[in-house]
Amino acid sequence: MNKIYEDLSSRFTLSDYHQQRDNLAFVTVEKAQLVSAITYMRDYLKFTHLVLMTSVDWLEQGKFQLTYLLHNYELHVNFGLKVMLDRDNAVMDTIHHLWGHARVYQRELHEMFGIDFPGSPGVNEPMILESWQGPPPMRRDFDTKKYSEETFDHRPRQHVEPEDYLRQNLYPED
Amino acid sequence: MKEKDKPEETKALKQAKDNWTVDENTLANADLPEEERDWFCDARPKVVKPVSWDPMEKFLNWARAHSLWILAFGTGCGAVELRPLLTARYDISRFGMAPRPTPRQSSVFMIGGYVSIKTLKRIVRSYEEMQGPKFVVAVCSCAINGGMYWDSYNTVKRIDHYIPVDVYVTGCMPRPEAVLAGFQKLQELIMAGKAEGQNLYAENFDWYKANQKQVITDWNMPDYNW
Repeated sequence: MNKIYEDLSSRFTLSDYHQQRDNLAFVTVEKAQLVSAITYMRDYLKFTHLVLMTSVDWLEQGKFQLTYLLHNYELHVNFGLKVMLDRDNAVMDTIHHLWGHARVYQRELHEMFGIDFPGSPGVNEPMILESWQGPPPMRRDFDTKKYSEETFDHRPRQHVEPEDYLRQNLYPED
Repeated sequence: MKEKDKPEETKALKQAKDNWTVDENTLANADLPEEERDWFCDARPKVVKPVSWDPMEKFLNWARAHSLWILAFGTGCGAVELRPLLTARYDISRFGMAPRPTPRQSSVFMIGGYVSIKTLKRIVRSYEEMQGPKFVVAVCSCAINGGMYWDSYNTVKRIDHYIPVDVYVTGCMPRPEAVLAGFQKLQELIMAGKAEGQNLYAENFDWYKANQKQVITDWNMPDYNW
């Protein structure tokens, strides 16, 4: 792990290196260097599998954290690259030319978090939220309870206390 | 298990009455291209009255109750319970039930749990494509009141506002015995002539359509799909 980190840090500007397990580590990369770092890892360090792409909404800091998790089949090692994006202008370079399935993740991130990936095929098409008109629902400032109360008809609550129910059935004269 | 909700005045219907005039001309498939008109029906659903001769109606209901064909459309996680029901252990074919792959050939629609808006569109279309007499069994608590998705942004909370439901089966998820009991309850209702969901849909067609269009905002199919 440390060898991979040293190799990477000699080429790219890294910060916040954190080794979580023997075979899992995370590091934060500059936004402009991410695609070249990922390409280097894929082509020279044999991280040939993109396990997942996901995002964390740091509302208080005004940032989105994008995580790219890569896997090396020879060493059986996972390595995560993190990028911090501005929350207001969340645009990231696409990596669908490296892994075809990245466009599915990018489409999902665009739908759920509103992070744009210009050039990624079909990134603007809805995936599960057909005809969605509200803000991206996985952002933390989206109030899902309020949205659901405004949009859907709810069944009124029918709550029966077990004690009352038993009393009415066993001792109806009381 | 049995619960009949009378359609009440919802905000959807109020809105619809304001900007969407409910009459036969607006609902017809008028804006379809000429070559697609034949694919869809151009008339509203009609209320089917029982046969005037009572013993005949009883015989028909008995026959309907013992030949229920289930639409095998797994709309949620409750559809998992259909597999043990269909196979040897619970063996639903003892009661004359069988799964069918298309809506045209089936008479029972089993709503298996949560219904997202994307699924609701397909459910409405499949329900309308089913030939009468048709019945709906809503399995799992998600279909009744939203269940664990009570505050979800994408899950319809009560399915009976969008298609009529004859029998509810509670549970998250119900055991196959419970689903079997639900189907037996449905048979009882049919034999008593009380499973009138299809007629309810025809009578309150505008109410159901307004509710459906309230949540399916990109309504890109004709109003009559059967």
